[in-house]
Amino acid sequence: MPLILIILLSLCTGYAQAENSYRKVQIAEPYIELHTGPGRGYPVFHVIDRGEWIEIHKRKTDWFKIVASNGITGWAHQVQLEQTLNPEGKQTRFQQIDQDQFNKRKTEVGVLGGDMDGAQTMTLYAAYRFTQNLSTEISFMQAVGNFSSNLITNFNLLNQPFPDWRISPYLALGMGNIKTTPRSTLVLAKDRSDLLAHVGIGAYGYISSRFALRAEYNRYVVFSNNDDNEDIKEWKLGLVTFF
Amino acid sequence: METRTGHLFLGLMFFINASLMLSTARAESDTPMQVINPSLKREPVKQARIDTENFELGVYVGKLSIEDFGSSSVSGARLAYHFSEDFFAEASYGQATAGSTSFERLSGSVQLLTDAERELSYYNISFGFNVLPGEAFAGSGRAFHTALYLLAGTGSTKFAGDDRHTLNLGFGYRFIFNDWLAGHLDARDYIFDIDLLGSNKTSHNLEVSTGLTLFF
Repeated sequence: MPLILIILLSLCTGYAQAENSYRKVQIAEPYIELHTGPGRGYPVFHVIDRGEWIEIHKRKTDWFKIVASNGITGWAHQVQLEQTLNPEGKQTRFQQIDQDQFNKRKTEVGVLGGDMDGAQTMTLYAAYRFTQNLSTEISFMQAVGNFSSNLITNFNLLNQPFPDWRISPYLALGMGNIKTTPRSTLVLAKDRSDLLAHVGIGAYGYISSRFALRAEYNRYVVFSNNDDNEDIKEWKLGLVTFF
Repeated sequence: METRTGHLFLGLMFFINASLMLSTARAESDTPMQVINPSLKREPVKQARIDTENFELGVYVGKLSIEDFGSSSVSGARLAYHFSEDFFAEASYGQATAGSTSFERLSGSVQLLTDAERELSYYNISFGFNVLPGEAFAGSGRAFHTALYLLAGTGSTKFAGDDRHTLNLGFGYRFIFNDWLAGHLDARDYIFDIDLLGSNKTSHNLEVSTGLTLFF
């Protein structure tokens, strides 16, 4: 019992210490402005002079919650905080996500919307990149049409020949499964599950920060039990984020 | 006399000695000799991580008016990511159980849908724009950050046994209590096509809800 108490107490003090260790920086510009909230419209209510040390407590988008040495709390923009010095006397730098990091990404997830022979589609996918040129991904797509609703699960291989370009094209090859549920208003229609394969072309377009656009055009072949295989065209456009 | 020459001699010696010492001192100051060699190696200062709070996760409850099927209680969950002070993306999922149409009630025994088909669920992904950020004042000593935002998105609704492609439009009010907790008031319109009652029509399903979210 005492042992548990000691462990708990030490955990508590550890937590308290972690709580108190905020990043400290020194103002190097003549002054920085503190806003009452994390946005450009919130009024400036205080300025902190050159040479003062401040603590950075939190970050919301590009705004930082600052506590001055006299205890006054407000919000300052990233541009102003980059004019401060860290305890080593160097200029404060915040991690900037740019295209270079996008090009070197290992994993990515995205959401795309589009059209598949008249049916509206929503796609969610996750990808892993072996190299900058070759990646694999798993995607789930829901296509809602007038006569049926389809859930398509796909495994894709992507080849990106020019990963450094801002708009970088790629080729895709994939295989998967399509589960078709006919509309409940259709009489005597049964659920179906078929194998399908596709080829596609598309492109990534880096926007900024952690985001990129992705557009894709695919041709699917559904290996159905009918006499002819179905040929389906699909396009989609969406947003990608990466880690 | 002896003492006088002795003094003179001593004085001369002192002078020579002093000037010699001075010159060596000057030579020393010209080429400073390092006595101690401090191996100054700066400890890298460990920078504390800054806690970022760009994600928002929460639950909501409200009323959803399902066109022709009356209004029902709705509950759901949402996850938002704030890209900037202006824009955010939100994914949400909600559930409701539809009531009965006036036709069903008046005719007595006719049931258009089974109980399972009356279960409505939707998911959507929307983009939001904080159109009017601001502050709300409670008394003279407290101010809270607030924002009025607009939302638009796409998704899918499962209702009456089918998935239906759904657009949603709406607006909301975010009231931020403290660094990690916010309250929401939301109004949305879920728009989808439905062919249940004879002809294909576009239905508007209005929802008002209130919710709590956590920033992390």
